[in-house]
Amino acid sequence: MLTTSPAFKQNATTALADAGLQKALANAKAGFMQKRARAVAALPEFEALRDLGRDIKNHTIAHLDFYLDTYARNVEAEGGKVHWCETADDARRAVVEICRSVGARTVTKGKSMIGEELGINEHLEAAGIEPIETDLGEYIIQLRKEPPSHIIAPAFHLNREDWIEAFREKHTELAPGRVLDERKTLIDEARTILRSRFLAADVGITGANMLIAETGSSVIVTNEGNGDLTQTLPKVHIVLASIEKVVPTLEDACTILRLLARSATGQDFSTYTTFSTGPRRAPDLDGPAEYHVILLDNGRTSMIGTEFQEMLRCIRCAACMNHCPVYGAVGGHAYGWVYPGPMGSVLTPSLIGVDKAGHLPNASTFCGKCESVCPMKIPLPKMMRHWREREFERHLSPSAARFGLGVWAWFARRPWAYRLATRIGAGTLGFAGRKRGRFGSLPLAGGWTGGRDMPAPEGETFQARYARLRKQGLV
Amino acid sequence: MAALEQDARGRMLGRIRRGLRRGELPESVASGLVERLKAHPRNLIPARSKLPRAEQVALWKANIEKEYGTVALAASEAEIPGLVADYLASQNIPAVVRLAPDPSITSLPWHDRPLLSVAAGRAEGTDVVSVTPCFAAVAETGTMFFPSGPHHPTTLNIVPETQVVVLRQSRIVGAYEEAWDMLRREHGTVGDGPTGTRFMPRNVMLVTGPSRTADIEQTIELGAHGPRRVHVILLQDEQP
Amino acid sequence: MRHTPPRVALFATCLVDLYRPTVGFAAIKLLKEAGCTVVVPEGQTCCGQPAYNSGDKADAQDIARSVIALLEPYDYVVVPSGSCGGMIREQYAALFAADPEWKLRAERLGARTFELVSFLVDVMGMTGVEARYEGMATYHDSCSGLRELGIKGQPRALLATVAGLTLAEMEDAEVCCGFGGTFCVKYPDISVRMVSDKVERIRATGADTLLAGDLGCLLNMAGRLQRLGHTVRVRHVAEVLAGMTDAVPPIGEGQARQGGAR
Ligand code: SF4
Repeated sequence: MLTTSPAFKQNATTALADAGLQKALANAKAGFMQKRARAVAALPEFEALRDLGRDIKNHTIAHLDFYLDTYARNVEAEGGKVHWCETADDARRAVVEICRSVGARTVTKGKSMIGEELGINEHLEAAGIEPIETDLGEYIIQLRKEPPSHIIAPAFHLNREDWIEAFREKHTELAPGRVLDERKTLIDEARTILRSRFLAADVGITGANMLIAETGSSVIVTNEGNGDLTQTLPKVHIVLASIEKVVPTLEDACTILRLLARSATGQDFSTYTTFSTGPRRAPDLDGPAEYHVILLDNGRTSMIGTEFQEMLRCIRCAACMNHCPVYGAVGGHAYGWVYPGPMGSVLTPSLIGVDKAGHLPNASTFCGKCESVCPMKIPLPKMMRHWREREFERHLSPSAARFGLGVWAWFARRPWAYRLATRIGAGTLGFAGRKRGRFGSLPLAGGWTGGRDMPAPEGETFQARYARLRKQGLV
Repeated sequence: MAALEQDARGRMLGRIRRGLRRGELPESVASGLVERLKAHPRNLIPARSKLPRAEQVALWKANIEKEYGTVALAASEAEIPGLVADYLASQNIPAVVRLAPDPSITSLPWHDRPLLSVAAGRAEGTDVVSVTPCFAAVAETGTMFFPSGPHHPTTLNIVPETQVVVLRQSRIVGAYEEAWDMLRREHGTVGDGPTGTRFMPRNVMLVTGPSRTADIEQTIELGAHGPRRVHVILLQDEQP
Repeated sequence: MRHTPPRVALFATCLVDLYRPTVGFAAIKLLKEAGCTVVVPEGQTCCGQPAYNSGDKADAQDIARSVIALLEPYDYVVVPSGSCGGMIREQYAALFAADPEWKLRAERLGARTFELVSFLVDVMGMTGVEARYEGMATYHDSCSGLRELGIKGQPRALLATVAGLTLAEMEDAEVCCGFGGTFCVKYPDISVRMVSDKVERIRATGADTLLAGDLGCLLNMAGRLQRLGHTVRVRHVAEVLAGMTDAVPPIGEGQARQGGAR
């Protein structure tokens, strides 16, 4: 997928002025937060499960070579095939090759962030194969030819009117005058149209929420059931998964599942959690004849052993973005690549380079809300700060900011100079602002005074006044 | 191609090891990890499902109802066809039913209900109602386990608009882990994978209520792609 | 009770030093009331957060070393700010992950460093104050204080004992105000949007006073409230707890209004 991350700032400004987007964001975000809070409050063990989830993932990553190898051998023992793909290119080639080998004309798809990372739809189309998104949120954005704006709710940025408009425009086989006002009507229409596509597809592509080393299973979690239709009906099932999705056992998976739905949608458990293990068995009446797993690296192995290793614990629940005030203000598209919000601000620079994604780890107040809700206890702000350090070391941060910071640090290290400068500064500003108590504009402070007044200082610095009063014996 | 992928496998595993600053795991460590896989220790199981039996069953029922499933009680197997017919009639659903080809379902006295047209097999696109047995149900969240097999085609759980589930009360357990252990016990055979055992069916669906979506304005609507209705007939096969 | 009062170093923070000295004096008063001996170590500047959060680790370490050396001799260090307190308490040790000697010193100092209000309540056992303030106040939980240091109940408990004051909780009191140090000038559009949301929450309570424990957030919220022409009085919580609101007009308000209003 192409990135507009370098233009984050402009993207954000545009997003803030987009009334439709702002309406959708305002409607959606409170619901996610309240539902999660309720689900978490109802499970006294939630905090203990977070610790366990973190420990399970840490253990797995510390032995990732063992667990991936075991997982792959189990898939093969069940008659499936694992495609080890080092790059996005390798993965795209493998997918297209599998589709061609069965002469596929249409491919149904369950929601997959790896699919987005690969831009797999464009590549399938280029190969003459039609991809059909079946998650309703993915379906609408495919119709609108835009990327998802959220990792579990791809159409987070849309309002009902947008759905109605897209359905009228694209479902030309249906009566143009039909009534489409209700959510229910829209869903029924999509269900009917997609049902025929499910039955006709040659290949089904899904993502994977987890891979189980113990059994060689891939796990998908959905509420719609589209993933199950996708992987059950066609001749071939392709699983797109990245290497950090593996966990050791079914029991470990259950611990993580107890965290996942609660953190994501505030459900106790998602409607469908499905474990797939190899292709159709001889006496079975249904299921795909071929089962392939695309096991993608695409930059992840190079996070191991660095300060970003902990990011590999991420289970893509979206709690961090659901609770992020920056995401809530600008939405997902502003981030400019596949993964928005706090998890994207850490992951995107790892995957596409901090030179392109440098804004993302900077566009945070470090309010810490994301870390406080992350079921995997990933220290997201700490890792954003590590990116800032790398940018600073590589001189990627803007030079005016570096200069300002340098001047300030020079004073902060020299108490005598600091005292002198602050006395003069506070005195001057305090005197100038003593009547009104604030400034509407100040030289060099446009970033602040564009939207805020600048309160004036009292005048004398604390340290000066303290020294004076002490001398007078008053403190 | 195969050789190339072997290389990719080796290179990816090698990069992981370099990141972890070690070589291949020593045999002693690796065998410890295999032992952990074989032992598959339970982590933390929330206390909420550890209840006296009657309350555990009630918790399962409350949870599946909370998730928009419906439940009818059957005192005996003989009542089941009648309960199915009544349910379909009450919902105005055509009385044409695809049964799971499982003896526990096909052997029910369907002929007592001649207006009900039944056939066994996998679900086709035209099927509107299925009747499936449930392997195990979990009180913790109301979740039901449907492992696939020759008698249990996956399509029955997902293609029809209405899924009628026959659940024996004795198959209700507290937590997911207990259901997995039942599966290991009842399906386990010797396998040639790294753990030496094999028990996973091709597909295991964990279902918690009817299909739904919140993709439009983050508001839940039922019946997105899978069944719009999940109706469970709870067969009371336990002594009170 | 203690026999020797603890020797507490007040680290005022550069914002208080520069903008709002009264907060420093309010802190001194409260600490004395709680039975502490208060020292303001000479030569203090800033905790180093701007450098740390901008990725300038070398400068942040330099500054941290001098702060540690300056504050080490005291029983406790008290900071009238959650974010600067959190910097010394939680982040200094992280800065020296690769330097065992300094890491140890940072940890030792961190363990004795507290934000003002949580120190009064949690360490000194203060349960009430002798102060009066006429008004209805709403309290904003600043992010670092809340999530890094667990400050939530302490300021509310003490405010409940201020005569004449009623507390009205705002919705989303725990949501960031959009200050974020350099964030507010690097991404002004997003920051202004966040602080505008906060202003709406504040206004919805009907409170006439906004309190918080971090001057950065207070300057941000006061600046936005005033830009929009709202008359909510903005103050650091210490000013109210110390009964020192007569000493200085609310943040961003000049002597003109102060004189006229009283
Ligand atoms: S970083 Fe944490 S909260 Fe965010 S998506 Fe990943 S697991 Fe969820």
